[in-house]
Amino acid sequence: MAGAGPGTDADTDRFRALFEPRGVLVAGASTHPGKFGFVSLHNILACGYEGKVFATNRDGAEVLGVRSVAEVDDLPGGEIDLVFVCTPASSNADLLRACAKKGITAAFIASAGYGEMQTDEGRQAEAELVALADDLGILLAGPNGQGVVSPPAKLCAQIVAPFPPRGHIGIASQSGNFVSSFENYAQLTGVGVSRAVSAGNAAAVTVPDYLEYYADDPETRVALAYVESVGDGWDFVQRLRHIAARLPIVLVKGGASVGGKRAAASHTGALASDDRVFDGACRQAGVSRAGTIEQAYDIAATFATQPLPQGNRVVVVSTAGGWGVVTADALARTGLELIGLPDDLRAAIDAELPPRWSRNNPIDMAGGETRDTVPKVLELAASHPDVDAVIFLGMGIQANQAKLMREGPFWPDHGLERIVAYHERQDARFAEAAASVSEATGKPVLSATELAITSPGNAAPAGVRVSGRLCYASANRAVTALDHLWRRSRWLQRRGLA
Amino acid sequence: MPTLSEAASKELLGAFGVPFPPERVVGSTDEAVAAADDLGYPVVVKLGGAGIAHKTERGLVRLGLGSAEQVRDAGTELLGAGTPDDGDVHLLVAPMLRASRELIAGLHRDPQFGMTVMLGVGGIVAEAVADVTFRLVPIEPVDAEEMIDDLALQALLGEFRGEPAVDRTAVADVLLALSQAATARGDLASADLNPLLIVGGRPVAVDALVELR
Repeated sequence: MAGAGPGTDADTDRFRALFEPRGVLVAGASTHPGKFGFVSLHNILACGYEGKVFATNRDGAEVLGVRSVAEVDDLPGGEIDLVFVCTPASSNADLLRACAKKGITAAFIASAGYGEMQTDEGRQAEAELVALADDLGILLAGPNGQGVVSPPAKLCAQIVAPFPPRGHIGIASQSGNFVSSFENYAQLTGVGVSRAVSAGNAAAVTVPDYLEYYADDPETRVALAYVESVGDGWDFVQRLRHIAARLPIVLVKGGASVGGKRAAASHTGALASDDRVFDGACRQAGVSRAGTIEQAYDIAATFATQPLPQGNRVVVVSTAGGWGVVTADALARTGLELIGLPDDLRAAIDAELPPRWSRNNPIDMAGGETRDTVPKVLELAASHPDVDAVIFLGMGIQANQAKLMREGPFWPDHGLERIVAYHERQDARFAEAAASVSEATGKPVLSATELAITSPGNAAPAGVRVSGRLCYASANRAVTALDHLWRRSRWLQRRGLA
Repeated sequence: MPTLSEAASKELLGAFGVPFPPERVVGSTDEAVAAADDLGYPVVVKLGGAGIAHKTERGLVRLGLGSAEQVRDAGTELLGAGTPDDGDVHLLVAPMLRASRELIAGLHRDPQFGMTVMLGVGGIVAEAVADVTFRLVPIEPVDAEEMIDDLALQALLGEFRGEPAVDRTAVADVLLALSQAATARGDLASADLNPLLIVGGRPVAVDALVELR
């Protein structure tokens, strides 16, 4: 529904009630630890929400130390902004009326029994709920949704784990499962989330409505969305285009291949598959369309933590050969350019490395680096005026060896303790250097190593994590993410929006 | 959905700036010969009419006619090939253009996204190659330029077999013209410019088929 977005101040206040409520009511709190009405209350309490928490329960039972009441009427007025609804669909109309009297302006309906039933009764109940919430001035999220998460408010109002770390990615999804997937990636990578919401049936508030709120949300630097159906496709795309002018949008569309080619008399129609039309619409609207869920997270995490490149000229810095070669191949499949090394940059690096280094791009240091070489070469590459972005490969080798030494039978003797400390310090330093060089130059510097997955405690990926950036699990993934940043940068530039 | 004749399709789209070769629509073989004399040989002669959509499949196109005699023979055969279902028919006489590169462009009304404009690599393998890109109508010049950038076969757009590089602005203008036609004519269901020949680096649509809602 186009009218449900944050178009007015009152709308914005209602979205704020959803994401930053002063107090939360769990309606239908349960004493049974397997029920949604228990789990949601548990998660709100366990994740450190600092506002007041209230609960209703048919019997007025105490749940997790919260004294519940049987009726909303028995709750104080003006202290609760958000109700998290786990009660049966049949009781929710009366519940909303009672909540409105207490000043509640946002409801997340976890209850099922609505449009997803695919019955006339379900659809009618949903339509009535939407109309009622509209009358009462309550923002209606869901129904049949998994929940809402807002780390800046320490709010984890959802019926599943996890509670992701705080960051700048704003998530909205038509599938609750993928909210969880993205939250899991946030935990894995440390690149965190500003808001996350499962749109459920999206009866009143749709994915573009949430994204519109994120566009003006100071906590959010990038939107990450999963959609399957887009309703009126033209309207959907126009709205996303307006948002994309202000906020990067990373989008995954499920079911893009469904329908495939349509029967058509024209050649143009025969070529117009759903996927091709949607892809073109995303390019037109400046939406970064990701092919997969993990790619979407990589791209969103990159938007959240790296500056946009102003051009497509890339330098690859590697501590050893093979990585650089494969990365060059990956770059060739994108709009990014692996530039020839400028003469003055080559001369500057000559002064830092023994002559066996590659002397071209990729910069392969060929193991010739000494204590300060890696930070120095990163700085030289990133600060060169002909370079728009740097990809850094081959971190963590020494720290990986350090791990083997630390876990082996000779530890800590034979000088192992000292060399292990040195290796780990160096790899942490390289990760820190990549981030600080990026900050100093305003250019993206992406660090990649599979150790991000295979050994996340390694000082290199751990150091990247501490720096607040994403440690890419492979150079290919870094290249794909960087390509999306470049495409957006170019989209903005060409439209005078940069 | 009704289709327009090739001549009517070209008239409709030409009004928005889609480039077509100079052509004559005539009712008799004598007039066809006169038109060919005027345009210069070789020429193409096609049988046209509102009911005739797939001329090539029905053998209603005669290419590379080099003399008045060939035009007269072709015209006589084509007029004789029309069936009662074809309704009123005419002959379409056009100069024979030679090009080694073909693009395809068109309009398609998507049930979910509304009118779309397409650009692709053309020729008989167009559907198999499917190097195509779409945008939603209306498009801006920057969108048209990006559509050209989207094509995978960029090598086809540079200098090619002794022909100059494709005039990208002229191709973008074709796409913008299609978009304008779609905006102005809400009754359009689809349009094909197939092929959109690249002649001397510039696009020329030698066939057009418009479908109305």
